[in-house]
Amino acid sequence: MLGFLKQPVVVTAEINMNLVALTVMGLVNRFWALSYPRAVVFDEVYYGQFVSLYMKRIFFVDDSGPPFGHMLLAFGGRAPLNFNLGKYSMNVPIWSLRLLPALSGALCVPLAYQILVELHFSHCAAFGAALLILFENSLITQSRLMLLESVLIFFILLAILSYLKFYNLQKCSPFTAGWWFWLLLTGVACSCAVGVKYMGLFTYMLLLATAGVHFWHLIGDQTLSNLCCMTSGKLHHLSVSVFCHLLARGLTLVVVPVAMYLSFFYVHLTLLYRSGPHDQIMTSAFQASLEGGLARITQGQPLEVAYGSQITLRNVLGKPVPCWLHSHKNTYPIRYENGRGSSHQQQVTCYPFKDVNNWWIVKDPGMQQLVVSNPPRPVRHGHIVQLVHGITTRYLNTHDVAAPLSPHSQEISCYIDYNISMPAQNLWRVEIVNRESDTDVWKTILSEVRFVHVNTSAVLKLSGASLPEWGYRQLEIIGEKLSKGYHQSMLWNVEEHRYGKSQEQKEREVELHSPTQADISKNLSFMARFTELQWKILTLKNEDTEHKYSSSPLDWITMDTNIAYWFHPISGAQIHLIGNILTWASANVATLVYVCLFLWYLLRRRRKICDIPEDAWRLWVSAGGLCVGGWAVNYFPFFMMEKTLFLYHYLPALTFQILLIPVVLQHLTDHLCRSQLPKNMFSALIVAWFSSIYLVYRTFSPLTYGEPILSAAELRALRWKDSWDILIRKH
Amino acid sequence: YVTYISLFFFSWDETHFGKMGSYYINRTFFFDVHPPLGKMLIGLAGYLSGYNGTFPFQKPGDRYEHHNYIGMRGFCAFLGSCLVPFAYLIVLELSKSLSAALLAASILIFDTGCITLSQYILLDPILMFFLMGAVLSMVKYNSCADRPFSAPWWFWLSLTGVNLAGAIGVKFVGLFVVLLVGLNTVYDLWELLGDLSLSLVTLGKHLLARVFCLILLPLALYTAQFAVHFAVLNKSGPGDGFFSSAFQSRLIGNNLHNVSIPEHLAYGSVITMKNLRMAGGYLHSHWHLYPEGVGARQQQVTAYLHKDLNNLWVIKKHDSNTDHLDPSCSVEFVRHGDVIRLEHKETSRNLHSHQHEAPMTRKHFQVTGYGINGTGDANDFWRIEVVGRKAGKRIKVLRSQIRLTHLATGCILGSSGKTLPKWGWEQVEVTCTPYVKETPNALWNVEDHINPKLPNISLDVLKPSFPEILLESHMVMIRGNSGLKPKENEVTSKPWHWPINYQGLRFSGVNETDHRVYLLGNPVVWWLNLVTIGLYLLMATCTIVAIKRGVQLTVEFKELSEVLLHSGGKMMLGWLLHYLPFFMMGRVLYFHHYFPAMLFSSMLTGITWDTLLKFCAGCLSCSVGKRVYTYGTLALMLLIVYSFYLFHPLSYGMVGPMASDPNSPMAGLRWLESWEF
Repeated sequence: MLGFLKQPVVVTAEINMNLVALTVMGLVNRFWALSYPRAVVFDEVYYGQFVSLYMKRIFFVDDSGPPFGHMLLAFGGRAPLNFNLGKYSMNVPIWSLRLLPALSGALCVPLAYQILVELHFSHCAAFGAALLILFENSLITQSRLMLLESVLIFFILLAILSYLKFYNLQKCSPFTAGWWFWLLLTGVACSCAVGVKYMGLFTYMLLLATAGVHFWHLIGDQTLSNLCCMTSGKLHHLSVSVFCHLLARGLTLVVVPVAMYLSFFYVHLTLLYRSGPHDQIMTSAFQASLEGGLARITQGQPLEVAYGSQITLRNVLGKPVPCWLHSHKNTYPIRYENGRGSSHQQQVTCYPFKDVNNWWIVKDPGMQQLVVSNPPRPVRHGHIVQLVHGITTRYLNTHDVAAPLSPHSQEISCYIDYNISMPAQNLWRVEIVNRESDTDVWKTILSEVRFVHVNTSAVLKLSGASLPEWGYRQLEIIGEKLSKGYHQSMLWNVEEHRYGKSQEQKEREVELHSPTQADISKNLSFMARFTELQWKILTLKNEDTEHKYSSSPLDWITMDTNIAYWFHPISGAQIHLIGNILTWASANVATLVYVCLFLWYLLRRRRKICDIPEDAWRLWVSAGGLCVGGWAVNYFPFFMMEKTLFLYHYLPALTFQILLIPVVLQHLTDHLCRSQLPKNMFSALIVAWFSSIYLVYRTFSPLTYGEPILSAAELRALRWKDSWDILIRKH
Repeated sequence: YVTYISLFFFSWDETHFGKMGSYYINRTFFFDVHPPLGKMLIGLAGYLSGYNGTFPFQKPGDRYEHHNYIGMRGFCAFLGSCLVPFAYLIVLELSKSLSAALLAASILIFDTGCITLSQYILLDPILMFFLMGAVLSMVKYNSCADRPFSAPWWFWLSLTGVNLAGAIGVKFVGLFVVLLVGLNTVYDLWELLGDLSLSLVTLGKHLLARVFCLILLPLALYTAQFAVHFAVLNKSGPGDGFFSSAFQSRLIGNNLHNVSIPEHLAYGSVITMKNLRMAGGYLHSHWHLYPEGVGARQQQVTAYLHKDLNNLWVIKKHDSNTDHLDPSCSVEFVRHGDVIRLEHKETSRNLHSHQHEAPMTRKHFQVTGYGINGTGDANDFWRIEVVGRKAGKRIKVLRSQIRLTHLATGCILGSSGKTLPKWGWEQVEVTCTPYVKETPNALWNVEDHINPKLPNISLDVLKPSFPEILLESHMVMIRGNSGLKPKENEVTSKPWHWPINYQGLRFSGVNETDHRVYLLGNPVVWWLNLVTIGLYLLMATCTIVAIKRGVQLTVEFKELSEVLLHSGGKMMLGWLLHYLPFFMMGRVLYFHHYFPAMLFSSMLTGITWDTLLKFCAGCLSCSVGKRVYTYGTLALMLLIVYSFYLFHPLSYGMVGPMASDPNSPMAGLRWLESWEF
């Protein structure tokens, strides 16, 4: 019974001191004086704002990426903060805000080591790779501040490492716990990377492609059965079917990441339930789902629009600015500046602010009354209505007169009868675009509606142009004659809505001025909100694209540019995003050497001449495919992007490129130095090269850490390239 | 087969390309975003058929009246009708199956879209002709692979090169077919490399032959097209403004042609400065002030595209106001790095900048005219620099690229390219940018130069060489292409619309009484193509997985899978190459951009269905199988013919009420709400 007591309890722990040492060094080197400077550095101003919005639970949209990164940063925050350019106040937990990026930056060092080990390279090469990452100034700068790149790089490396672990387990023990763990971790890390920045998508695609290639080899494995499932017999790793392998990979590498990605948004939308500064760019339905803001107004308005309803109409596209259909007493000028004539009727515009003049009444052409009958008669798809402007009681009208700024389209006006044989043409057909059936009722907020003019089949549209002085710079509304398909600028939705009760104009004016009453609330499903938010994130464009430190992808590869992150106006201390130039140059050389050697081997192998053994070749291909492939997928897509680009976009690609250096070096020593003497010389060269990398790191560390403060002469000496922008104070 | 009808109207893009044909006949220089071959051929066809180039081509729908346009249309229609035999031959060569070839050909015969597109004076039929020609000759030379270096092999190989040059010379879309041929060649060479029976010398020969025929020959022909283009168009025309001053000096009738002006700038010279961005204007000022609320209320400085007296500026020293043209003064040249003052000749105000925001580009500084009779302040001083020159060198007219740096703020004079509102006479904004970047926006060159004290030299020595003008015209074309951006709030055609035939393009006629032509693919054919792509992917995946799993195939099926994977793969690759890149293009896209891809997809349809039917036939017993095969092919053909009968009015023209009207004969055919015929 107690036999087990006869043996002493022995715990044998194997600790790779290399790893421990690297982790410690990484931590020291990234955490050194982390809360210095106590000032908002570069993009911290944006991320800080997002963190404080998280603290206040206020909804926001950031077009630069999905919300997971902001969420992670928000873990470090405690109380609502106010971020402006300048210094942090004393109560800002600056250390904890910068903790997460610094931690992930530090962990990249042991990750790099592990990756090379899993690629079956020597521990020496792996240690070298880790040191290169450790002494890379640009990575240090980026991870010491409240920015997301280092978190992204961490997840990317984690995904690569866990895939490699999984792949190495695949050969000996598939479908074991370890195998499942690493496979699952690959998927999770991928979705985290994509969730932090969309750039993570490139690495995810690379991993999917790698998994695809490996699976293709698996298909060729004739020992696996086709369809019958696992757990039959003890030799289960042989009888596991190809289909099960496919299923496992599909589940972990596709389904899990997608689900995780959705869950980020779910958490994001659940946490941020208050209305905030970015409400305006979302649709009315979305805004109504947030607490405060529009929801306060629209809560409990009647759902179905009926004859006699008083409504405001918002343009669905809302570009250049979100606005509502509007009219006012002023008329179109008889003649425009360019000599064209107008109808001189009442102006109809789109107005970006809430106003009592945004109210319209839906009227049945066959009846005179402007109130809702009892029971209300709802308006359905295809019905013909008239739209009466609430304050002026004029009818929305269009006719064959050119619009003020878009002469190919019709003018929209509120009809004034001048008795000049220009009859009123004020019948509009309501077409619900997102209807489910042809008898759908026109619903508040939810329905997107086109107004088609009955006489001329012109469609009510926001042209996007601003009217001149006479139109108070409001936006132009036109009737588009050739309606090519559906465009969001032709769609309108009812935002505020109430059933009109007052028969007399005076009473009605009072009614229009009074706030609407609430009785029911509407909720959008999560998927609808997710789709909308996702779409907005992807399509939102920032207007001003010029930035002093923006650069083009071609500048990155040779590091012709740097970014001045922070500058102390008095002491002259400064922080720059500037890399270890020697590492960058060596990485480029390594890439070039790799590609040339690879092509050389490939062509020779095709002629059945093998320069290196089969194992070495396979190693060479897999390591290179991962490192060069990772560099390529993270770099080349930027040439096709039109947004403003910065040097820090290159950092993920750079990380892959750095991993390639030891790969190439080890290959050169193992296979190209045949005798002992050149081998020794080569090793000596490598040691010298490593020490110079360390020296360069030390030289530039004042610009990386912001201290010690350098004199003007010292700064001038650091300007190794003319294109670098190092700030030197004028005395 | 194409019974093209002599419409008396011309339509849509004919305004464009017809006009350009006329330009060739009249030899006036113009600018277009496409390379010149297509328009040259149209012009040639017009010339040979007696068209005199006088029809104005002003707006769609005008009548041709007595002008002889049949030649140009007939030429395009002829090239368009060549597509059918080409498709037939390609599929026959690839699949060795008559019925597959017939199927592919009948799809193209009975597709309303292809017919419509080849009836008019457009570049697309010419492009598609060369494209299919290139694919055909590529396929032919591939099948000659067993007898390399024989006469037919050389013939087809060089014909591929010629066709490639033609395709890329008509539109840059031709690059995709170059890519297709390139990938095919790489694959080909890879196979040869693996063949150990071939010596390295033979391999070198193979490589050289391909380099010569597929790279050097097309390049030479392509360059030759441009040589002809520049040689023919030697008169000044509407395209001048897009090009640099040096380029313009080649054109007869341009005021830069054969002028002689002093070569080096000196103080006191009267000059005009042209912005180096494409269609950049001349630095301009006039008596009008910036309106209230737009920066400081000083005199406007703009960029103006036309030649005008207000474009003249006088170079003065920054610290003195002496008249350098006074005969007693000695000539002093302006040198790189000098600090100067630019005085506007008409208004005697100095070019000035200060830290007020510019009218349109808010992050830049405003540029104004300031001071009276040349006395201003320190904000009028600019440092003049030449790109890529050393300090102290003189500044050349036309050739030097000049940068003007504002001394006080360090910003650089540039043109933002944005049009000013009414108050600025819709001229282009000029700003001073604080962001130091090497862009043509911030560079200028001196175009006119008047200085009576300097000797005039003939500009002929400054004439740009042929490689220079070739490069410049390409830069201008590329920038022009990327400049064709869709406006916001405008409905544009999206690439995903195309394969599902979501929306057509109105070619001519708007109203009920007009003779209307609507470019829309035959929906049955197009949807068949779409389904086939999915079907092909499914079949190909099953086949390769089966082979990889080691399934033993009979000889017949092995051949079938070979055809499916190799021949079908080529067509699939062609479709992908001609379709996917459009998703990444930022420019305005049109429905007709899909047609090259559609050709590949139609040929793929022929191959796939034929393979599928053969496979079914092979699985069944002999007699039943044969019957299935025959009836299947026939049914597909009949389907295509019948659908063409239904939809033929789209391309041959319709009169009468619109299809949205339930009384129209076409009403029943409006299967999608987005079709507007």
